[in-house]
Amino acid sequence: MHPVRKQRLLLVLFIVLFSSAAIGLVTYALRGNINLFFPPAEVAAGMAPPGQPIRVGGMVAEGSVRRSEDSLLVRFDLTDFQASVPVEYEGILPDLFDEGQGAVASGRLNARGVLEATEVLAKHDENYMPPEVADALEKSGYDHKGNKQ
Amino acid sequence: MIPEVGHFALIIGLCLALLLTILPAWGAYRRDAVMMGLAPGLAIGLLVFVTISFTCLAVAFLQDDFSVKVVASNSNSLLPDFYKFSALWGNHEGSLLLWGLILCLWISAVALFSGQLPLLVLARVLSVMGGIAVGFLSFSLFTSNPFERILPGAPADGSDLNPLLQDPGLIIHPPLLYMGYVGFSVAFAFAIAALLGGRLDASWARWSRPWTNVAWAFLSLGIMLGSWWAYYELGWGGWWFWDPVENASFMPWLAGTALLHSLSVTEKRGLFKSWTVLLAIFAFSLSLLGTFMVRSGVLTSVHAFATDPARGMFILVFLAIVVGGSLTLYALRAPAVTSRVSFAWVSRESLLLFNNVVFLVSTLTVLFGTLFPLIMDALGLGKYSVGPPYFNAVFVPLMAITAPVMGLGPISRWKGDSVGRWQSELAVPAVVALLCGITLPLLGREYNLWVALAATLAAWLTLGLCRDLWNRVRAAASPLRGLRRLTPSYWGMFIAHLGFAACVIGIVATSQYSIEHDLKMRPGDREVLAGYEFTFVELANVRGPNFLADEARITVSRNGERVAALAPQKRRYLASGQVMTEAAIDPGLFRDLYVAMGEPIGEEGAWAIRLHYKPMVRWMWLGAILMAIGGFTTAFDKRYRRQRTPVRAGAVAEAATRAG
Amino acid sequence: MPARLKLFLPLILFAVLALFLFRGLELDPRELPSALIDRPLPEFALPALGEARQLTRADVTGEVALFNVWATWCVSCRVEHPYLQQLADLGVRIYGVNYKDEDDAARRWLDELGDPYLANIADHEGSLGLDLGVYGAPETYLVDAGGIVRYRHVGVVDERVWQEVLEPLYRQFSEEVRSR
Repeated sequence: MHPVRKQRLLLVLFIVLFSSAAIGLVTYALRGNINLFFPPAEVAAGMAPPGQPIRVGGMVAEGSVRRSEDSLLVRFDLTDFQASVPVEYEGILPDLFDEGQGAVASGRLNARGVLEATEVLAKHDENYMPPEVADALEKSGYDHKGNKQ
Repeated sequence: MIPEVGHFALIIGLCLALLLTILPAWGAYRRDAVMMGLAPGLAIGLLVFVTISFTCLAVAFLQDDFSVKVVASNSNSLLPDFYKFSALWGNHEGSLLLWGLILCLWISAVALFSGQLPLLVLARVLSVMGGIAVGFLSFSLFTSNPFERILPGAPADGSDLNPLLQDPGLIIHPPLLYMGYVGFSVAFAFAIAALLGGRLDASWARWSRPWTNVAWAFLSLGIMLGSWWAYYELGWGGWWFWDPVENASFMPWLAGTALLHSLSVTEKRGLFKSWTVLLAIFAFSLSLLGTFMVRSGVLTSVHAFATDPARGMFILVFLAIVVGGSLTLYALRAPAVTSRVSFAWVSRESLLLFNNVVFLVSTLTVLFGTLFPLIMDALGLGKYSVGPPYFNAVFVPLMAITAPVMGLGPISRWKGDSVGRWQSELAVPAVVALLCGITLPLLGREYNLWVALAATLAAWLTLGLCRDLWNRVRAAASPLRGLRRLTPSYWGMFIAHLGFAACVIGIVATSQYSIEHDLKMRPGDREVLAGYEFTFVELANVRGPNFLADEARITVSRNGERVAALAPQKRRYLASGQVMTEAAIDPGLFRDLYVAMGEPIGEEGAWAIRLHYKPMVRWMWLGAILMAIGGFTTAFDKRYRRQRTPVRAGAVAEAATRAG
Repeated sequence: MPARLKLFLPLILFAVLALFLFRGLELDPRELPSALIDRPLPEFALPALGEARQLTRADVTGEVALFNVWATWCVSCRVEHPYLQQLADLGVRIYGVNYKDEDDAARRWLDELGDPYLANIADHEGSLGLDLGVYGAPETYLVDAGGIVRYRHVGVVDERVWQEVLEPLYRQFSEEVRSR
């Protein structure tokens, strides 16, 4: 084979092999590491798979936050005003976490239907609500019309 | 009055930018030297007016002119002066003006320091950059005017700068980051000018190289500061979150890294021309895409500015024009014929090609992960989020295969080398690196294979560099002369590669050996972490200039000796009422001790406290600083300055090939 | 000419990406819908803050007005308050819904910062808030003369919100009354 041709062939081979390896890696990494968002109503309806990493977002129900006396365990309910999902989290909550505020918890549902959260995010400021939370609230029948002017 | 002056200066700036886009381009088309000659003057004028505009806004901030809307919503009379100043870019409108100012700085720098460029090329380059300035200045004026007034009824006081942004790191982080982002516009403009002129040659590569390296160095510093800020300010000890906004700055960096390596091949060997042009377009496009993502609200992020769909639309259209236009130009004008020059598979070229492929693939995987939620949402497949595990799973292997190749790079020869020579040169470094890899983790808390791997790779990189340096010094008559004969280009590469090695060590050691403990502590409680004894001495109330805080006073001792006194705070800012965690850190070259307060728990005086032991975390940032120093150093290479414009560009290519 | 065509590949990829980005812009999720848009304000009977009377839906409807949900525990409300005062001084009709608050604290707040409200509905239990679908404070509802909720704003009402959104609606519904 002509040396330039051969070089080209090798180059193409290398690129093909390398990109398939990369694509394989991406697919593998995506499979285990993305998590789907569920509104509380869908969790309550049993649509969220137990044991899989998921995220649930809604408002932290008023009066639902209970802290343990001797550890950092916190329990609270996330609600979209249709249904609520109990959440357990052990650790330090973000500064902006509060009752009546939007929050997103990610973790896995256990057999009791409690979301064992590994991460809790609070809404960022008074003008901002995580889009998933807004969406979940919208889906929960709280709108019958959009309010775009 | 002053804000109106600023507004007016910005309008004049936009007009000058329009002239800068049109006149030199027209001149270049007509080969009219007078019109082309206007470009540098217009560039300086543009800088002057945008600077006036920026200064006016700065004055409005410093004088607490709350009738100006951005001042009212982002500053406060209680704020210390330097935060009043930095509040200017802590918001969308002001940061966009900063973007514009920095773009004008780069334009003027090109106009001033490119005396050796042929007028035709300079006119084209400045015209392209002028076009980018038109885009950004009109974005600023038409969708996010920073000088908008609240009249009548200006508030008596402003609603304060977000406390997270009240921090020294954040004073310089955005300017450095923008210096990097915007700096890639120079490489972009050179690439477009070369495509327009139909001349992609070694001289084009040599002209763009120093600009690209400096922009890349700024971007490295900017990213490093961002990471450092997140570490000490967000209060949970994380230093990289793969957040869309972080990715927005990281992707241009990755593409820029590929670009500067590819440029070296194009300069020295005249190879990979269309590839290099594509990378230059790609790097700047990613900067623009990052701007789009941060400011349009399509992706959510902790850093996101308040968003507005109209703004998103504007940038999307701008993005489509710039990127679409340049890729069309590329498709039409890039040389389709592969160059005749060949190189062996065992050669520096192929190693650099490997680097390019790896960095490009890394960029694309990060881009994919960042946009995945948006794509799924757009297709109606559900609301997904892609977290750090994805990015780590993809990114770590990619970087792990770069490092072995990177160790071979510096010592390899252009055109063709031999495996035999690699073996004889690098056998000793390879063995020593392996030994380092096996032994170094013994110093750690426990034996860890990841650390062993990182230590091997870092040692391999460092030793390979040292071997190469030794070869070069040995070849000279005396070691001193040998050292002096090495060019800034070489030193830049040397330092930057060392920085990469330090980064690898820091990242792996801190992710593998960190200990984190969240617990409830009362005054008087003790806790031992990694051999350090943390004692919660007392709780105090503290008053800052614009906040009240609960402060936990914690002393740290080791083997009975006092190591540090730490005072993390939980602050409540007076103007906004926002609560913020202020971590306390005892820094060290080999370990950081990090304490943050969570929330008060139950009975009097007990708090949730977060204790961290973070080994070698500083190495990562020191590494990034070394990389930046390397990038700056290369720009001082004489060959970028001394060379007069040759009559025939072809001659340069030949000369460069011979010299390389 | 396949070699040339290959060079168009980046352009095509970008075009696809741009389409997704464009779609992404439309998906802007930040606007919060309300259950009550174009529906009547819910019935209620709650005490008036600082007064010894009950307020009902009939007491507060009949003219276009803003209903501002506020509380002393809400920091943003403090930010918003001076602007509401300005609006009230301009003659804008504003009712307050004092949401899950203590009467004493609320009265002190009004004494200190001024009272822009025609009257305040003391919603201690948040029952009216629940009917309205309040997420948090502050929120502001625009209710027309027929007692129909026409618009809901989540967050602070400031100059921009008023001028760009609320004022045009306020005018429009006021004029409808007059033309009737």
